[in-house]
Amino acid sequence: MASNIVLSEVEYNVVGKRHLRPDGVDKVTGRAQYGADVQLTGLLQGKVLRSPHAHALIKSIDTSAAETYPGVHAVVTAADLPFASLSREELGGEYQRLKLASNHVLASDKALFKGHPIAAVAAESQHVAEEAARLIRVEYEVLPPAMTVRQAMESDAPLLHEDLFTSELGELSDKPSNVASHMAFETGDLDEGLKQADVALEREFETASVHQGYIEPHNSTAFWNTDGQLNIWCSTQGPFVVRTSVADILRHPVSRVKVTPMEIGGGFGGKITAYLEPIAALLSRKSGRPVKVLMTRTEVFEASGPAPGTWMKVKLGVTSEGKITAADIFLAFEAGAFPGSPVMQGAACALACYDVPNARINGYDVVVNKPKTAAYRAPGSPQAAFAVESVIDEICEQMGMDPVEFRLRNASREGVRRVEGPIFRRIGLVECLEAARNHDHYKAPLEGPNRGRGVAAGFWFNRGFQSAVNISVNPDGTVNLIEGSVDIGGSRASIAQQAAETLGIAYEDVKPTVVDTDSIGYTMVTGGSRTTFATGWAAIEAAEDVKTQMVERVARIWDTPVEDVQYIDGILSHKSDPELRMSFRELARQLLGTGGGITGASNVDPSGEGNGFGVHIVDVEVDPDTGKTTILRYTAVQDAGKAIHPSYVEGQMQGGVVQGIGWALNEEYFFNDQGHMMNSSFLDYRMPTALDLPMIDTVIVEVANPGHPYGVRGVGEVPIVPPLAAIGSAISHAVGRRIDRLPANPGAVLEAM
Amino acid sequence: MEAIEFTTPKTIDEAVQAMASKGDRARALAGGTDLLVQLRGGRRSADLVVDLKEVPELNEISYRPGSGLTIGAATPCYRLYANADVAANYPGLVDSASLIGSIQIQGRASFGGNLCNSAPSADAIPPMIALGAVANIVGPSGSRQVPVEDFCTGPGRNVLEPGELLVSINIPAPAANSGANYLRFIPRNEMDIAVAGVGSAVVLDASGQNFVSARIALASVAPTPVFSKAAGDSLAGKAVSDEAIEEAARLAMEDAKPITDMRGTIRQRIHLVGVLTRRTLNNAIKRARGEE
Repeated sequence: MASNIVLSEVEYNVVGKRHLRPDGVDKVTGRAQYGADVQLTGLLQGKVLRSPHAHALIKSIDTSAAETYPGVHAVVTAADLPFASLSREELGGEYQRLKLASNHVLASDKALFKGHPIAAVAAESQHVAEEAARLIRVEYEVLPPAMTVRQAMESDAPLLHEDLFTSELGELSDKPSNVASHMAFETGDLDEGLKQADVALEREFETASVHQGYIEPHNSTAFWNTDGQLNIWCSTQGPFVVRTSVADILRHPVSRVKVTPMEIGGGFGGKITAYLEPIAALLSRKSGRPVKVLMTRTEVFEASGPAPGTWMKVKLGVTSEGKITAADIFLAFEAGAFPGSPVMQGAACALACYDVPNARINGYDVVVNKPKTAAYRAPGSPQAAFAVESVIDEICEQMGMDPVEFRLRNASREGVRRVEGPIFRRIGLVECLEAARNHDHYKAPLEGPNRGRGVAAGFWFNRGFQSAVNISVNPDGTVNLIEGSVDIGGSRASIAQQAAETLGIAYEDVKPTVVDTDSIGYTMVTGGSRTTFATGWAAIEAAEDVKTQMVERVARIWDTPVEDVQYIDGILSHKSDPELRMSFRELARQLLGTGGGITGASNVDPSGEGNGFGVHIVDVEVDPDTGKTTILRYTAVQDAGKAIHPSYVEGQMQGGVVQGIGWALNEEYFFNDQGHMMNSSFLDYRMPTALDLPMIDTVIVEVANPGHPYGVRGVGEVPIVPPLAAIGSAISHAVGRRIDRLPANPGAVLEAM
Repeated sequence: MEAIEFTTPKTIDEAVQAMASKGDRARALAGGTDLLVQLRGGRRSADLVVDLKEVPELNEISYRPGSGLTIGAATPCYRLYANADVAANYPGLVDSASLIGSIQIQGRASFGGNLCNSAPSADAIPPMIALGAVANIVGPSGSRQVPVEDFCTGPGRNVLEPGELLVSINIPAPAANSGANYLRFIPRNEMDIAVAGVGSAVVLDASGQNFVSARIALASVAPTPVFSKAAGDSLAGKAVSDEAIEEAARLAMEDAKPITDMRGTIRQRIHLVGVLTRRTLNNAIKRARGEE
């Protein structure tokens, strides 16, 4: 968009241009192959039997009727998992971890959430599998569930795990508890900071469990061959992570597991955990046939990871000049049925936008009888930002301060130390705040009754981690780029662009392919806003390797020292002899006759990830009769470092905003008093539709990341961080009551009014 | 393995025979937007699905100025709002037909199916009640007529006996100076189930200043759609005024007996009945006066 703000001075040929995505034609013509499309000779269909109770002891499981049902080839339960036959002695320090991981895949002694897998069937058809699954007799002793952190933290709360002891600031406590861990970050002197404050405000917040809502349900097809080779085709953000977890849970050598990632219909962090893969693998081993297992939408809601519901308290101390002097924060996050909420990330993100000298953040990871939470786009940060940014907004309101000006006075910048330790390198929050302040949207007055404007900032670390890329030169001067990063948001294009830029060839001359785990080096998930950064980095290094080899080859052809050859913009030339000159394409044609093909390879684990910030502005109108909020206008500003493909950066920004709007307004897991989710369909789990959204304006700010050759910062997660707080504040201004619970659906807003 | 039979009768007689052959194990299929979802989700089961889309009487819309409108039970919503007679004479029905589900759903879903599915939240039913619609039912022992307000007997239940078929719905010709409107409240702007819905129809006198009669019906606030007779009757003979409308809204709220569930609370739903009664009455009055 015309309003994008480019601060970097480097000019690129391919990077920064809006190229066509290589997977576009297959996707818009319906030819792209997703997990549900996998067809293999002799393929069986699987069905998972799930717990109808949120919390129950499993007294017995009788699978005999299902096993003898015509058309059934295999039935598995937790007894088929290796954990069932391994002793505590054999497993040693691995025992507890493997127990939790195994019980998550298939419940053994206890069902911990409605939808918890109990058994699975493989049969000739989906219908037979479903009917056979219904014949499995499970005897339960139903227990009262603990559904929220507040309930689960009560001293008399039902215990999910008898052997879960709180990790209390690193020390294991001696009494079992639903609190899996208590962690804390502290900096400066909180009491002193509060003394320096002229205004102190403390508020309490709650947010509901929400789901990532990817359009494609989980699916997995597995074939366990008689030689022990296990092949898996699935929808995942991280084929190598699936390989690791399957090998771990099934105690199978990692080298004997090959995971092929199919095209993916959205993940947002929710497609990292291996839910179905170990089950499909067990069914295949038992039946000797390939087995495909699919989730229904209800299963996706009930048994794959939501983002945690939360209970939070934030106290901020501020001077009359609008400088934050102290922050005291309490975060309790639902982990779901097994430990592992992103409360640590939430704690680290909570104050990252600001230079706060004195702070204490306590975080609690609490198990409840809900599906185990999974990552969801900047896991932990949107909730924490909702709490902190809402308090800032209320302070600004009380002090009569402009909310952007307040944030500028406190904004993190290069050299500021985060509460959990790291010191910021060059970051672009100040530039984003200035861009927001200068935007037409912010300058336009908001008029009319029942309307309000909200502003919020947001932070995400952005990750590095491991990536691998191979680049082979074709005789026609094009290259094949092999990568392990599943393409969710256009990363084939953004990786190919970086390779093309480095090689000095056209974007169209790079053909990117995402391959299985046997065919490329270890590559971490597509997640953490890392792919364009880290796999892009791998592509740059692989391209540099190709360049080095091309230079060596042409030096050999010209019979000249390597040092005399230069490679500039895809042209190889002799530094002093103008006659000696060859294009990349010309040399490519000669490779096979001059020593063979050339492949550049790289494995990277870059550490220069550039932290990401965004600032959002939203105008809303609330119907005073019904409490319904209409989003009138929305503007998202974000530092992308360098937008390799601006359209896809804008797409990420808009997509994050849409999910944030849903989170703020209507999305929630709605449970009855038995802990059963009552709205496990897209009809009643109210994600926004196209008719619920305005055009979302985007402003890309480019403050180059010094830790990446092209200045890339991750962009995928930051944009879901500010919307909860921005919308909550906007509604607060519209109705004259603070919004401290999400979702702020019409009923809730009506009650608040 | 469970199997479902499927048949496509060409006449009403064949359809009734098919339905009667399996009694309560037979299910009529029009657009399938409820039935197929329920069968797949295990919320209903059937041995026989009777596809009604090839029975002519169930797929016709006819309008005569004297006798009114007849809507074949399997006629999809889009044909209602695409029909010039319906658009001109029954804007209150068009309100409903054009907000059910989404454009795609409206291509399949029918008013007849909405009535037979008998959900408390059915968007097509309140405007039909408000307009005095009558259901034409045919069964093995002949035909009968049932006013739409008496059709539903509970969530997903209605007066149809095993073997009986809803053939069509009759809606009287609009009286002079009449108007109707249906509104529902949903948190989103499409693809949602009514938290509450209200259909209102009014007949004014020639001056447009006084109510001759009114009928008001509610959705999503009781086990069945509710005909709030008291609310409508309270307006008869009164001058059009905010006070009269307020009193009707109050009576409609009294007739609302909702539950609290994932879609809304008792308090919210009763409140919304008041809001929507006021809004639909005002819109119906405008239409009756020819202001819209």
